Amino acid sequence: MAVVEAHDLRRVYKTHTGTIRRRVKEIEAVRGVSFAIDKGELFGLLGPNGAGKTTTIKMLITLLIPTAGTANVLGFDVVKDPREVRKRIGYVFGGERGVYERLSGYDNLRYFAELYGVPPKVQKARIEELLELVGLKGREHERTEGYSRGMKQRLHVARGLLHDPEVVFLDEPTIGLDPVGARELRATIGTLTSAGKTILLTTHYMFEADALCDRIAVISQGEIVAEGTPAQLKSRVASGAVTEVEVYGIPDETVERLRSLEGVMSVWVEEREQAQVLSVQTRADMQLTAAILGHLNGSNVGRVSHREPTLEDAYVALVEGE
Amino acid sequence: MRTLRLLGIGWLFHFKMIMRSAFDGVGQVIYPLFFATVAFFVFRAGDSPRTLLYASLGAAVMGMWSATSTTAGSAMQRERWQGTLEALVATPANFALILLPVTIAMATIGIYSLVATLLWGRLLFGIDLTVVHPLLFVLSIPATVLTFGALGFLFAVCFVRFRAAWALGNMFEYPVWLICGFLVPLTFFPAWVRPISWILAPTWGMNAIRESSLGGSPLPDLIMCFVLGSAYIALGFLVMERLLRAARERAALSLT
Repeated sequence: MAVVEAHDLRRVYKTHTGTIRRRVKEIEAVRGVSFAIDKGELFGLLGPNGAGKTTTIKMLITLLIPTAGTANVLGFDVVKDPREVRKRIGYVFGGERGVYERLSGYDNLRYFAELYGVPPKVQKARIEELLELVGLKGREHERTEGYSRGMKQRLHVARGLLHDPEVVFLDEPTIGLDPVGARELRATIGTLTSAGKTILLTTHYMFEADALCDRIAVISQGEIVAEGTPAQLKSRVASGAVTEVEVYGIPDETVERLRSLEGVMSVWVEEREQAQVLSVQTRADMQLTAAILGHLNGSNVGRVSHREPTLEDAYVALVEGE
Repeated sequence: MRTLRLLGIGWLFHFKMIMRSAFDGVGQVIYPLFFATVAFFVFRAGDSPRTLLYASLGAAVMGMWSATSTTAGSAMQRERWQGTLEALVATPANFALILLPVTIAMATIGIYSLVATLLWGRLLFGIDLTVVHPLLFVLSIPATVLTFGALGFLFAVCFVRFRAAWALGNMFEYPVWLICGFLVPLTFFPAWVRPISWILAPTWGMNAIRESSLGGSPLPDLIMCFVLGSAYIALGFLVMERLLRAARERAALSLT
C-alpha cells in the first residue's frame, strides 16, 4: 500500500507587477503531478531549480494548499487532516535557514521536541541519540549562529527525526554542502532507509538520486517527465552517444538548429570557466560529428570528444526535451 | 498539563532569544528612559509630586506597550526571514499555542521598562514611588503584562496571514499611548474616543497600576484586564486556523 500518494497536484502562485498599475500574474509552478511512494521506499524527485520540487514537497507536508488535485500521507488528506499528517512526518529543510540562531543546537531541539509532542521523559535521551546520529555531539551547547552550513543542515536532520516519524521529507538536504559534508549526510540518509523510514528526497544532483533512491521521478517545469528506477532511466539513453565540443560564444540559433538535426536526441550547453561545452546526444547508429561541426561555422571551436551517455545525460535529455 | 508545558517552554526560549538580541536589547534599555525623560520634563511644569508620579507610571507603561507592539509585528516577520515560521507551522502543535508565549515573552521584557522608568524618575528627578495598595500594585504588573501579551497575540495572528502587516505594529504604538491614557487622562479626549479606549486592555492595565499606586480602587480595572485579555486570546484562537489556512493558500508563510 502506498504511504504517500499525489494525484494530479497543481499549484498556481499569484504575483503582482507594477507599482501604480498593479497587475496580477499567475505562475503555474506544479502542473498535474502524480506519484505514489511505498512503505520503506526512498523516492527521489529530481529536477532543476524552479522545476516545482519544493512546491510539491510543501503541498505534501501541509505548508501549501494545492490549487487542484489531492494528496494523502499514511491515509490522511494533506488539506483536510493537516495535523494528523504533521504528527507522522518529518521535514528537513535545505540550506541554512530555519533554525533559531540565538539558541543553541540543543535548545533548538528541545523546543521542537515539545512542539512535536515528544514525551518529556524521553526527550533528553532522544535528543542525545540524534546528536550522535548527525555528528553534533560536543557542539550542541553552542549557539547555532556559529555553526557552519553543514552543521545547520545536520541540525535540520535531527529536528526532522525528533518524533521518530514514519515518513521523512528531505528538501535538497545536501545543497551548498562541501563534498565531505554531503557524503556524510548521504550516509545518514542511508541509515534512515535501513531503519525502515519512507523517504521523499528532492535534489538536483543526479548522482545523489542515483546513489540513494529506489525510484526517481524527473520533474521539469512543474510536470513529471519520467519515472522509474535509476537503471530504467539509464536504459532510456543507453543506446545513444554523446559528442562534446568546446566552443567559444555559440549563438542560441545554432543550438536550435542542432536540435532540429535528424538523429539528434538532445543538445545542451554548459558554461565552464572561459569556454562553453556543447553536448549533443545522438542516436548510436548515426555519425553526426561532421554535421555538428558544420553548424558551428563562425564560432571558435576547441577540443571535440565522444563518450558513452551517463545517467546525467538521461536527466538532461529529459529536462531539455521539455 | 501538556498545554501549560508547551506555553512555558515557548515562553522560556523566546524570552531567551529576545534577551540575547543586541538590537532588541539596546532598544528596550534606551527607549523607556527616553520616554520617561520627555514625560518628566513635560509634567514638571505642573510642580505637583502626584502629577509627576502619574506621568512616571504612564511613561513606564508606554515602554511596556512599545516592547509588545513593535516586536509583535517584527517577530513574525523575523520568523519568516529566518525560515522558522514554516518549521513551526509544520509541527502538529496548535499554532495559537505556539504564538501566544512568543508575545507574552515580549510583554515580559516590558517589566524591565517599568522598573527602569521608575528608577530613572527616582534617581534623576527625585520622584518618590508611593504605593497605596502594594499587593494590588504587584498584581497589576503581571496582569498588565499578560493583557499586553494577549493583545500582541491578536496582532501577531493577523501578521501570520498578511506579510506586509508587520509595519502596522509600529503604527499602533503611538495612538495607544494617547487613547489608552498613558500620558493624559481620557477625559481630555472627545467622547467618541472613549469606547475605543475601553476595548483596549492597555487602558485598564494603566488604570490598575495608577489606582493601586496613587490610591483608588484597581479591582474593577484588573477584572477588565482579565475579561479583555481572555477575549483577545479567545478571538485569536477562533480566527487562527482560518488565517493559517489562508496563509497556506496564498503561500504567505515564507518569503519565497
